[in-house]
Amino acid sequence: MNVYADNAATTAVSDTALAAMLPCFQEIYGNPSSLHSPGQRAAERLAAARETFARRLGGDPREITFTSGGSEADNQALRSAAALGARKGKKHIISTEFEHHAILHTLEALEKAGYEVTLLDIPPDGVVTAEQVKDALRPDTCLVSVMFANNEIGTIQPIPEIGRVCREAGVLFHTDAVQAAGHLPIDVQAMDIDLLSLSAHKFHGPKGVGVLYARKGIPLVNVIYGGAQERGKRAGTENIPGICGAAAAFEEACANLEKNAAYLEPLRDKLIAGLTAIPHTVLNGDPKRRLPGNVNVCFEGIEGESLLLLLDGKGIAASSGSACTSGSLDPSHVLLALGRPHEVAHGSLRLSLCEYNTPEEIDYILAEVPGIVSYLREMSPVWDELEQGKRPHLI
Amino acid sequence: MALYSDKVMDHFQNPRNVGKMEDADGVGEVGNAKCGDIMRMYIKVDPATQVITDVKFNTFGCGSAIASSSMATEMIKGKSIHEALKLSNKAVAEALDGLPAHKMHCSVLAEEAVRAAVKDYYDRTGQAYDPAELACDGHCESCGHEH
Ligand SMILES: Cc1ncc(COP(=O)(O)O)c(C=O)c1O
Repeated sequence: MNVYADNAATTAVSDTALAAMLPCFQEIYGNPSSLHSPGQRAAERLAAARETFARRLGGDPREITFTSGGSEADNQALRSAAALGARKGKKHIISTEFEHHAILHTLEALEKAGYEVTLLDIPPDGVVTAEQVKDALRPDTCLVSVMFANNEIGTIQPIPEIGRVCREAGVLFHTDAVQAAGHLPIDVQAMDIDLLSLSAHKFHGPKGVGVLYARKGIPLVNVIYGGAQERGKRAGTENIPGICGAAAAFEEACANLEKNAAYLEPLRDKLIAGLTAIPHTVLNGDPKRRLPGNVNVCFEGIEGESLLLLLDGKGIAASSGSACTSGSLDPSHVLLALGRPHEVAHGSLRLSLCEYNTPEEIDYILAEVPGIVSYLREMSPVWDELEQGKRPHLI
Repeated sequence: MALYSDKVMDHFQNPRNVGKMEDADGVGEVGNAKCGDIMRMYIKVDPATQVITDVKFNTFGCGSAIASSSMATEMIKGKSIHEALKLSNKAVAEALDGLPAHKMHCSVLAEEAVRAAVKDYYDRTGQAYDPAELACDGHCESCGHEH
């Protein structure tokens, strides 16, 4: 059986999204900046896509900027808010330890440019609080950026509460909603969100298409300079097929959001219950305040990459935060921020489901994982020491 | 996964000589759980001939760490301890048809695990040895090791 359980990494393009894209290759191929009819037909599609995102997010079409993905939207959001802050002499930014690298590395670049950054600690349940944000606010704070839902452990942050704290303090609030968009309800008005990033490939849209929502009155600074596309704020001929696919996927995801969540949550909970029944296994992040399809556990005594390879051999595609899979010597910064010791963080497994996964697939995963975990534990000198009491169990 | 050669995948999926050895004559353990790799190697040595008659390993680590351990055990089984000490990480990596650049440290760990097991054998049997023969050659980029 082949099971794709890595939907937080990326998703399959839906039939609806594909159908919206296909005409844009050979029929509606004009450049939306062109005055002629083919160009104007493309411009109409572009406007319709912009309208879809605006309506579904609760904003205005003029507040929507299309980008090359979540990373670019994150970069542009932070740089724009930072530039605006600097004009008012405010150069302090608050964010969290477990943001995506698109945020963390942009913040590092801003630090080098003279900004001060406070990264909030991550409580053990993986949910930061509005009080933490409030306590970190300073008179010179220009921006708070807190992700809507974490990409590794799936925990959902109290966005409306944080939005309110920021609004009351008169500080801009950005949220990286890449993992949340199309999966959780979002309303930029009700949630007091000033800037928001999303990425189409996380909700069955194509890769390489993102959206930056920026509230009216927040001037964007360019990340890409050139032509006058996107009101001059993002140069480059628009990716019409991608944008149309993104809009169709977003419309479909938002229309089915509650249905999908109701379908996925029991599957998620079944996986969590089954996996945490394996001895010395711990769930990462709050069991309920998490994305409907996210499961993330640590198995003590084993290393994640070998686990992934063996799962792949069984047809199961998953992900891990081990050092070997992160491409560095350190395991996932998210698991470390959550307080997991290195040894434990190396043994993490993330399974991220979508509505295409079936109950049979969940049963298959639950049938395969325990055997693989005990096989690797049998081979592991660390497990041997844990069993003999020469090394204390950490979980 | 195309990350690894077929040889690596074979040794990862069907590791040779895996397991504990209760009556080992030498045991070497290298690496660090914090860094995500630990290798433990057990050897059984014929005292008369100084030939390694049996080898076993336990490894906590990624696919290439398990494959490197497995390959190293095959390469030293039946060899004299002096020959085993000549096993280089490059030879292990080559025997596996290569390792990705960022995984070369796994083959270094395998080389070091063999040396550590032999050193333990020397220590247990009270044999004098040339420290140069057991010295770390400085190739190791794996964490947790001081040079
Ligand atoms: C939380 C989060 N932010 C940003 C990104 C980057 O998005 P993209 O791959 O579209 O650049 C991702 C996805 O990898 C993500 O999960």
